[in-house]
Amino acid sequence: MEKRVTFGKWTIGILFAVPQLILIFTFFYWPAGQAVYWSLTLQQPWGGGNIWVGLDNFRSILANADYWNSITASLVFAGISTGLAMLIALVLATLTDRQLAGSRLYRVVLIWPYGIAAPALAMAFRFILAPEAGFMAAVNKVWPGFWDPGLNGADAMASVIIAFSWKYVGYNFIFFLAALQAIPRSLIEAAAMDGSGVIRRFWDIQFPLITPTIFFLLVINITESFQDSFGIVDIMTAGGPANATNLMVYKIYSDGFKGLDYSGAAAQSIILMLLIIVLTIFQFRFIERRVHYR
Amino acid sequence: MTIIKRGLAALAAGALSTALAAPASAEPVKFDFWFGLSGDLARVVDTLCKNFNASQSDYEVVCTSQGNYDATLQNTIAAFRAGKQPTVVQVYDVGTATMMLSGAYKPADKLMEENGYKIDYSDFFPGIARYYATSKGEMLSFPFNSSTALMYWNKDAFAKIGKTEAPKTWEDVGADVKALKDAGYDCPMAINISGNESWQLMEQFSAIHNQPIATKNNGYDGLDARLEMNKTTFVQYVTDLKKWYDDGLIKIKSKDLGQDMVQAFATGTCQVIMTSVGDHGTVGKTQKEGMNWDVAELPVYAGTERKNSLVGGASLWVLSGKSEAEYKGAAAFLNFIHDPKTALFWSTNTGYIPVTKSGFEYMKSSGFYDKAPYKGREVAIASLTASEPTEITRGIRLGNFTQIRAEFGTQMQAIFANKESVQDGIDALVKNGDAILDRFQQTYPNKTLP
Repeated sequence: MEKRVTFGKWTIGILFAVPQLILIFTFFYWPAGQAVYWSLTLQQPWGGGNIWVGLDNFRSILANADYWNSITASLVFAGISTGLAMLIALVLATLTDRQLAGSRLYRVVLIWPYGIAAPALAMAFRFILAPEAGFMAAVNKVWPGFWDPGLNGADAMASVIIAFSWKYVGYNFIFFLAALQAIPRSLIEAAAMDGSGVIRRFWDIQFPLITPTIFFLLVINITESFQDSFGIVDIMTAGGPANATNLMVYKIYSDGFKGLDYSGAAAQSIILMLLIIVLTIFQFRFIERRVHYR
Repeated sequence: MTIIKRGLAALAAGALSTALAAPASAEPVKFDFWFGLSGDLARVVDTLCKNFNASQSDYEVVCTSQGNYDATLQNTIAAFRAGKQPTVVQVYDVGTATMMLSGAYKPADKLMEENGYKIDYSDFFPGIARYYATSKGEMLSFPFNSSTALMYWNKDAFAKIGKTEAPKTWEDVGADVKALKDAGYDCPMAINISGNESWQLMEQFSAIHNQPIATKNNGYDGLDARLEMNKTTFVQYVTDLKKWYDDGLIKIKSKDLGQDMVQAFATGTCQVIMTSVGDHGTVGKTQKEGMNWDVAELPVYAGTERKNSLVGGASLWVLSGKSEAEYKGAAAFLNFIHDPKTALFWSTNTGYIPVTKSGFEYMKSSGFYDKAPYKGREVAIASLTASEPTEITRGIRLGNFTQIRAEFGTQMQAIFANKESVQDGIDALVKNGDAILDRFQQTYPNKTLP
């Protein structure tokens, strides 16, 4: 018979759970509830009062062309930067896993970018990608007008995507490498003895075995690209030119804190939250089917 | 036992005597002052605070930089909602409308009166005072750091095209930048088109030409004011700027691209810029060795009667909900800042201009404007006092104006990237800006601007 450790009274169990519940309530449900309330009212910034407006905030946001432009920009940003960050990290991790010369060094070095704060990183990339002073200045010398993030929206979007991907390559790399190293060597060696090449072994053995990690990183990368892009956008483009990089999270910040429109910003963050929830459900529902956990 | 008892008695007596003595050697009353300047300017403010604390022993001001203007307003609002607001706070020019409706301040003129300070309000330059005063002329806050926009021009470059004076009209500017280009200068003039430049490109331009930005006298007469710069000379101005940009006579310079306007001018890369008099010191300190340059008032279109330019900068607000003692301290602090000697200290160490006539006279009489590094800054005063402020040139009193400025940047970028025509872009600015004003008005139902 299985022996179970149980509490004599159910109250003790509750007591143990209370600290955690308080934390979650204070730092998640309470502010989230407050945001919902604010999104249904018009808040005076100084706290002088508010008016109940029902769903008016949502209506005016969803009727605004700039907001839809912001959603499109966010989806483009999320798609490309997640793809880039994961692909590059996977290639690097696979190469490192093969114990090529210098792989020990890469293992350490490639993790660093994730440790750099977004604003510092954005500052560095702003310099590197500056069309007149940085690395891209050399390219512009050869093809004048080739690179102009100051006025060309696509160039500006490319800059923030490059900066964001660069940071997340480091993060993804750690997980990919750990997943690859967890694969029993004997499997790969056996395949090698059967005469399969590097690429074949990757697609038939390694890739299927790391699908749980790929799925995990996909969810995290997409979520983070919606939320963690703020610092990079703020320093590099401030949402410009002409709203080309005005991602949802940045718009929330500028409307809420610069524009003191707390209610509009609250409504936007509710929409962002719903969007992320929907995307995550979608991923679990349709992509997770192809994941093999064992 | 007795020893202990005696000891205790002695201790008690000691404690009692210090407690009794305390009022005599009064601890100074502490109060907070939050400001939005950083770097060099923050150090000057710190010195100012030290000087105030050293000048008397009743009050002690604790000065804290919040990094920038936006953050100062945000942090103050957060602090106010939590009941932990500072006594005095520096709020930037465009935050004035928001402050006036906040109900979170103690009117500065009342504060001074209650505490027995007589301030001669007519001593403030009218162009500065009116920007911060109510429509009835009451000063709810005190102007602090003030500047206005000037045209910086490179004398060496203009000498090459046979000019010894700065262009006075926009027609002249057009001819001069063309001549500079022909003389081999790659960047005759630099501008930037982010939201911040709304100040010199739209607001200053409109004031000097006596053109409204919004109805209801730029918002002074009611929250139902709406934008109307799509029907003024401003459209002509943007059309000209865009044309000069297309012809390569104007370059866009910003930090994101590698070099901002001021750097571009100081290094001699670009020959003309329009920026705050506050940058006068920076250009002087960072300029290319031996470069000759000067400042002039912003040009006007030929045939326009020049009006006063607008003040930029920030004012000091005293917040509500503090103790009488703290208000006494705040009043003393405002009085200290109002002193002409403080004006001299402040203007010498920053690029800001004095806000009072007496401060300006005092600085003139002490020879401030005769010496090399500061010579030229008097042009800012000339620009601010070019005329009595009209109903339109006294300032801009619009809600959430920061967002309207951001919208200005967005539309200018769209215009300069050829995504929209000039008229369409400015129409879009009016449409989106009006939505912002609508929202602001809805947030404050039944309230009127004082």
